[in-house]
Amino acid sequence: MRVALFIPCYIDQLYPDVGFACLELLEAHGVQVEVPAGQTCCGQLLTNRGALRAARPLAHNFEATFAGYDHVICPSGSCAAALRRQAESWQDRTRGASTRVVELCQFLVSVLGTPARAPAFPHRVVLHESCHALRELGLGRPSELGPGHGLSESPARQLLCGVPELSLVEPARSDECCGFGGSFSIVEPDISARMGSDRIFDFERLGAEVVTSTDMSCLMHLSGLMQRQCRPLVAMHISQVLVGRTPPIARVLPRTGPQ
Amino acid sequence: MTLVQLGHPARARRFLADVERARFHDAALWQIRERRDQRAAELPEWEALRELGARIKAHTLAELPEYLERFEQNARRHGAHVHFARDAAEHNQIVFELLRARGVTRVVKSKSMLTEECGLNPFLERRGLEVVDTDLGELIVQLRREPPSHIVLPAIHLRTADVSETFSRTLGAPPLADAQSLTEFARSHLRAKFLAAQAGITGVNFAIAETGGIVVCTNEGNADLGTALPDLHIACMGMEKLLPRAADLGVFLRLLARSATGQAITAYTAHYHGPRPGGELHIVIVDNGRSALRGEVRHRASLRCIRCGACMNTCPVFRRSGGHSYETHVPGPIGSILAPLREPSAHQSLPHACTLCGSCTAVCPVKINLHEQLLELRERQLEGPALERGRGSLERTLAQLLGWLLKSPSRTAQLGAVLRWLCRRLPALTRYGALRRWTATRELPPLPAESFHVQYARRRAERARSPGDIGTRRE
Repeated sequence: MRVALFIPCYIDQLYPDVGFACLELLEAHGVQVEVPAGQTCCGQLLTNRGALRAARPLAHNFEATFAGYDHVICPSGSCAAALRRQAESWQDRTRGASTRVVELCQFLVSVLGTPARAPAFPHRVVLHESCHALRELGLGRPSELGPGHGLSESPARQLLCGVPELSLVEPARSDECCGFGGSFSIVEPDISARMGSDRIFDFERLGAEVVTSTDMSCLMHLSGLMQRQCRPLVAMHISQVLVGRTPPIARVLPRTGPQ
Repeated sequence: MTLVQLGHPARARRFLADVERARFHDAALWQIRERRDQRAAELPEWEALRELGARIKAHTLAELPEYLERFEQNARRHGAHVHFARDAAEHNQIVFELLRARGVTRVVKSKSMLTEECGLNPFLERRGLEVVDTDLGELIVQLRREPPSHIVLPAIHLRTADVSETFSRTLGAPPLADAQSLTEFARSHLRAKFLAAQAGITGVNFAIAETGGIVVCTNEGNADLGTALPDLHIACMGMEKLLPRAADLGVFLRLLARSATGQAITAYTAHYHGPRPGGELHIVIVDNGRSALRGEVRHRASLRCIRCGACMNTCPVFRRSGGHSYETHVPGPIGSILAPLREPSAHQSLPHACTLCGSCTAVCPVKINLHEQLLELRERQLEGPALERGRGSLERTLAQLLGWLLKSPSRTAQLGAVLRWLCRRLPALTRYGALRRWTATRELPPLPAESFHVQYARRRAERARSPGDIGTRRE
């Protein structure tokens, strides 16, 4: 089984430790994983705005870089969903690498099937189910669906449930969007911030210390708000939680910044 | 991307400025969404019902001309008159002629999104008729001279105090503080209007081709009263309201009330098969762009909409921006598809008033792929037929440039390094332009000196020099 790790562009540029946590997590599961050098971006940055044609070179690059792997692991539900969508809309690429993209937790639970024992994580954790992992990739049970959908709990939740000493806090709105939405966070800044702040309030109500998610992009938006508002809550990617990283310490005083 | 905020974002900002009201609006609609979830969970066959609803509608739309003809024949057999209107203007003219020919000056109306779409009320009022909306929410917004902000809950943007003020100002009501007394006041006001009315106008929820019957669902019984008292009943419907058989109705009545308000069934479900004895029933079937929409392969599914409003109740953007921020008679996710398809240039911001969270698609009782259609509309704006391109060639060029830059790993690395360096050294830069929209409420993400790939390459090299080292562990 040849397995590749795709590091989304914003994780590469802004959150290198998430990439290393993913590698450690996969190594702990005995997975020999490669990080092909030619990789860049899934193209969602552009397709999300409707620039499908402009994103084509990125799709070509992705296909060329990841050809020949049985699984392409992506530590982001949103990028994985964008690649899947791309695979569906491209008739000439139905057998391409983008059809073999699998979200990190999904890989551990559904492909490997036997998650390794995680180190203890003695914190109150809330899982932010990312919309694209949940509703686009079908990883988990969206709260909207009634009986008869045949979906099981999200792989992320299953993995967190197996972490010793971790207590999972359930928000009142189980899977409401955080308001990031890629370009949405810039195009509709007021609604975006309101949605994120509401989410944070919901997480903190029950005393969560750490918010985690399959998607670092949701967490980038949420932690930007949390830091500005001097909240005690901190954000960690699920790979960082699963390898037992120490949560960062929240800033008590605001950084200087515009109001 | 323009730097000045126009369209939906600007209107959303105004709505959010009233923090208390915005919070109330979000909580009220979320409660309805939760009630809807509970009702859906009670039916083991809920997902199967949605699938069935979607398929029946898709089939009906595919065979629409055939079903329209059958409906017309069967409705006429019951003694109803059937009129076809190509557009809003024709619809309004038909209704007006019917009223004028019978000397009608006082009309009661039950809720109908179609007549909102056609602008019937102002059309008739300009011609000297009194038109009274008899749905409580519709009455409130009519008295305030506002459009409804939601298709099922027209006055959901208002609070009790607003209604009390409206009734005092427009109807001379005494100051009333609670919903119960306000409702009782409205009831007695409306009773006089019902008794004096010479015609009743209703919308149509479903029209059955097989029987020629029409079905109107309300929770207040106002359609029933409005059609039982006056002799003339005019029912206005979009041509997508058809269902093939009476047997199909069960699927939709179960889906509609649960999706709309979390009720098992609407309080009143009225079936009309021809006029009542001595009366007249006129059914006006309106196209107004529906045939064109039916020809749009990627958007045809939006014609399945049964106007339940579930996509609005669940939409996190709608709940926080209010229906008026959409400036279209049908707001929310479905409205953000319908309006730009009708008038691309007037509603450019609507396909972007969406995080693509997909909750609307998951609640839709007829499984319209709402968020996918919104994404498709963004593509049309940028890459569609020139006339529909809402956004400038600047964004298209920038997108192409970005595509070219990010195609290459070395260019991506350089671009990232430069941007991180710039943001670290000159954070003030991020307080201007489009980035200000991030930094106004949020801190910037961390800006590490080296990217993952740079660090990874170095660790690999070190590992190659000293094998046995665990290369990926953090130092």
